[in-house]
Amino acid sequence: MNNFPWLSVITFAPMIGVLFILLIRGNPEVEARNTRAVALWTSLITFAVSLGIWVKFDNAIVGFQFEEKAVWMESLGLAYHLGVDGISMFFILLSTLLTVLCIAASWISITDRVKEYMISFLVLETLMIGMFSALDLVLFYVFFEGVLIPMFLIIGVWGGPRRNYAAFKFFLYTLVGSVLMLLAILTMIFESGTADITILLNHDFPVSLQPWLWLAFFASFAVKVPMWPVHTWLPDAHVEAPTAGSVILAGVLLKFGGYGFLRFSLPMFPIASADFTPFIFGLSVIAIIYTSLVALAQEDMKKLIAYSSVAHMGFVTMGCFAANQQGIEGAIIQMLSHGVVSAALFLIVGIVYDRIHSREISSYGGLVHRMPFYALIFMIFMLASVGLPGTSGFVGEFLILIGTFQVNTWVALLGATGVIIGAAYMLYLYRRVIFGELTKEDLKKILDVSPREIAVFAPLIFIVFFMGIYPIPFLDVMHSSVENLMERYHSALAAHDAVAILAK
Amino acid sequence: MYVSAVFLPLIGSFIAGILVFVGAITKPEKKKNIDQMAHMVTVGAMLLSAVAATIAFIDVVVYGNAVVIKVWTWVESGSLKFSWELRGDTLSLIMLLMVTWVSSMIHIYSIGYMSHDNSIPRFMSYLSLFTFFMLMLVTSNNLIQLFFGWEGVGLASYLLIGFWYNRPSACAAAIKAFVVNRVGDFGFALGIFATFLLFDTISFDAIFGLAEEKSNAVITVFGGEFHALTVICLLLFVGAMGKSAQLGLHTWLPDAMEGPTPVSALIHAATMVTAGVFMVARLSPLFEYSDTALTVVILVGASTAIFAATIACVQNDIKRVIAYSTCSQLGYMFFALGVSAYSAGMFHLITHAFFKALLFLGAGSVIHAMSDEQDMRKMGGLYKLIPVTYVLMWVGSLALAGIWPFSGFYSKDIVLEAAWGAHTGIGYYAFWMGIVAAFLTAFYSWRLLILTFHGENRADEITLAHVHESPKVMILPLVFLAIGALFVGILTFDFFVGDQATEFWGNSILILSSHPALENAHHVPIWVKYLPLFVGVAGIALAYLMYMFAPELPGALANGFHRTHRFLVRKWYFDEIYDRLFVKPAFTLGYGFWKSGDGALIDGVGPDGIAATTLNIARRAGALQSGYLYHYAFAMLLGIAGLTTWFLVTMS
Repeated sequence: MNNFPWLSVITFAPMIGVLFILLIRGNPEVEARNTRAVALWTSLITFAVSLGIWVKFDNAIVGFQFEEKAVWMESLGLAYHLGVDGISMFFILLSTLLTVLCIAASWISITDRVKEYMISFLVLETLMIGMFSALDLVLFYVFFEGVLIPMFLIIGVWGGPRRNYAAFKFFLYTLVGSVLMLLAILTMIFESGTADITILLNHDFPVSLQPWLWLAFFASFAVKVPMWPVHTWLPDAHVEAPTAGSVILAGVLLKFGGYGFLRFSLPMFPIASADFTPFIFGLSVIAIIYTSLVALAQEDMKKLIAYSSVAHMGFVTMGCFAANQQGIEGAIIQMLSHGVVSAALFLIVGIVYDRIHSREISSYGGLVHRMPFYALIFMIFMLASVGLPGTSGFVGEFLILIGTFQVNTWVALLGATGVIIGAAYMLYLYRRVIFGELTKEDLKKILDVSPREIAVFAPLIFIVFFMGIYPIPFLDVMHSSVENLMERYHSALAAHDAVAILAK
Repeated sequence: MYVSAVFLPLIGSFIAGILVFVGAITKPEKKKNIDQMAHMVTVGAMLLSAVAATIAFIDVVVYGNAVVIKVWTWVESGSLKFSWELRGDTLSLIMLLMVTWVSSMIHIYSIGYMSHDNSIPRFMSYLSLFTFFMLMLVTSNNLIQLFFGWEGVGLASYLLIGFWYNRPSACAAAIKAFVVNRVGDFGFALGIFATFLLFDTISFDAIFGLAEEKSNAVITVFGGEFHALTVICLLLFVGAMGKSAQLGLHTWLPDAMEGPTPVSALIHAATMVTAGVFMVARLSPLFEYSDTALTVVILVGASTAIFAATIACVQNDIKRVIAYSTCSQLGYMFFALGVSAYSAGMFHLITHAFFKALLFLGAGSVIHAMSDEQDMRKMGGLYKLIPVTYVLMWVGSLALAGIWPFSGFYSKDIVLEAAWGAHTGIGYYAFWMGIVAAFLTAFYSWRLLILTFHGENRADEITLAHVHESPKVMILPLVFLAIGALFVGILTFDFFVGDQATEFWGNSILILSSHPALENAHHVPIWVKYLPLFVGVAGIALAYLMYMFAPELPGALANGFHRTHRFLVRKWYFDEIYDRLFVKPAFTLGYGFWKSGDGALIDGVGPDGIAATTLNIARRAGALQSGYLYHYAFAMLLGIAGLTTWFLVTMS
């Protein structure tokens, strides 16, 4: 089984499901039912296989594992090249898990164009997995950009009333960044003569070129994260997207940025990264405080959670550029945790939206009387979101802050204020939706979560506590890769400093 | 034994939590059975835990077998590594013993107090959950697990304050408690970061071992170079101030009285609020090396003691009086810690746990009898109707006022003597503040007793007809606590601060020889020894004078000094100031950032602006295309003319 092409199988398994869905015929109802079943089974099998890479993953290996390579254009050094390391492995699992949950969560709420909807999600899954496992720059770019298309369709076709505005805003924002990244990628290939990421990771780009490449990648990643001030597409996209769209968007797509910083910016452009660190710290701190305050003033549940996402991702960028082990491992944990928690929070909004068709906070209140289970689930994820110790949110935020404190105490201090405001807006939201007396007429017959919905939340709850109480299995996977990254980063800086001193 | 003592309450809480949902789907007539099961499970688990704690206490403290039990590794990242561990030394075990027993009593009391409520399993589950977190806090062996318990009790407190979630005031109080505590936790977290920066570890034994070596180290934080241990201790102390409701971060505690009374007794009197005191005592090996930090602890403690006592004198809600009293007593504990009399502070913590829980539960018994009335102005003359509660409240008040031979007498005396014994300016400040506060303490305690139990009855007739003595299940825990309030002081004095203290405490507390306050406390002038008792009696006498013999006096005083009175009634305006300074600006800023920052500026100039400009240009361009042939012909002519001119000019 050593030569089993794990990554190709996981990446393209959803496409087999797409083929099956295309073959489904029958009256609309039968067609929809079969489509759902095929999509669910496809995603379940993909998830099950993807667990295999965790089982077979060797924590001791520093470089990439499960590598597959097929040369494509030798003259340009292009290849079909996949592989994972301790940084990317869990993101693949996150993608496969959340796809399953998205399909299960759309079971009833999507009745229009079910076939196309499920195909979009499965294609999206392929592209996401491909993105995280690509080890060739061009291949990476194809997956990275390709993701835009199904996501654009999901928002634009199955979205809310202002879906066109939101979809185009999302598309334009991300595209502007991507164009610059494409230019940078071409420059890199011509400069180094290869598109192989494993080689590029150890290639020293000229110091004069690094800032430009760094900025071009930054333009793309900053939009994806999203960092302040290019975050305004996110609330609109979330508000208009269907529930499952928001789940994937918050759960996986936002991680592209953080992943990109760790995969490209830090190891490939270390000098530029070090120079731009204060800039990133500044933007991160603004993101945390600014968007937390904005979240406090929201009247729309989805918007509130969208803004809280920006704040939580601010911690991620902060941790990445703290560039020490706690900071980076914290950032990865925080991304995984946020992937699970924000996904769950959007599902939570989706549950009441399916029943009442309103996202306004003011149209709820006193739900605990009719929906005690729902209140409990909401409570768990609210606490994870505010980073209560014992949940996954704490481990990520804590590691990031303790890492950042070693580098810059002011940044850690200002970042930590976000934890206070975070508690305020989440508790305030919870109180307005769940607590109080149940007075609104349309809420008096609202039903508690169904077994299907509980099944969607169960794995997420499990992960939140697992990562909160015993995160060692997750951290162990990361150690070697993160140590390697830091060694690369700091030795490049040291070499540069030595040259600078000699030059004097 | 040790592990089971800590985890049994969690299991109890978990089972009761399941019963909540079982209860939701069973028929109403069967609900009583579910409630009873919840009672049995949680109370049973709690009592077993208390027994296990007692056995562990005997093993560790009496036989001197201090232990550290590792459960599993929690986080490992670079040089940062910490585990789930249970630390068993004297300091932990004292807290463990007190918490499990007091909590057991309060579990039992709740059976009676909450009998009319329809969410009994949920309540019992929360209570047990709280106890679990508290036990994790007191048995932690590193700063992070301490923080886990710390935030965990905050969560349980939030859940319990907001237990009656139909009341908007309860929900608001719950959020306030959580958020204000988060402000404290923010300091705590920064303290942990600074500790890691200095020591490269956060487990207690390692830190304590290195503390002396690092006692002169400096640390560069927040743009300046400071004495490292002072920075760390002050940051950690911010956390202690939040949890223990000290001056500045105290505003949540009085509001927390929105929760059911057993909660006030357990969390907001006996256990959670004392976590800050416990923390400073636990970290004595750090605080000892920073005189600045210790001075701040004294200053904050002594000021809180007097500040809260002044407010308690004018409150009319029976629970709020006791809440402010708690705040004030915590101040005593802190200034004891500040003069390095850690064991005296802990002594007061333990005796206070008994008599304050007794007072709260007694107040609960009164409220229960009065059909949920809490305003003392609507009580009066109750002593004939609920005599047992009356007697028990007397016991609690005597202990609180520090009257011999009740336990408060011993602990308050040693605290005040230690403050004097420090022989420093700040020590004398603490001593005199403590004396005045002791006078006020006795005064407001008897004001409470007289307003509630004596004089004419001011309740309406319906309430009055229902007044009844509480059931046995509520009285028994009260009796247990009353016994504690009577005898804990006299029985344990020698161990805590007397002849056998050194042996009793083992290595769990460090006091440098340069801080001899506790030693000096045993050799103070005779007037220092008797002054607390004297002012206590004086306070009681004044209360009798004002509320029993000359009832028109308080009103006249309030009118005569109405500015001062108003200042006190409005609680020194802290809530109003914080509202103006933090709460309102946060919402205004948030709204402003949203509408003008995101909306007008970023979107307006960015995507929407570009889109609008593009549209605008397109529209103008479109306007040119009128469709009339002669327009185009004219434009072409103009163009040709222009080109020709340009050619001619450049050619020549």
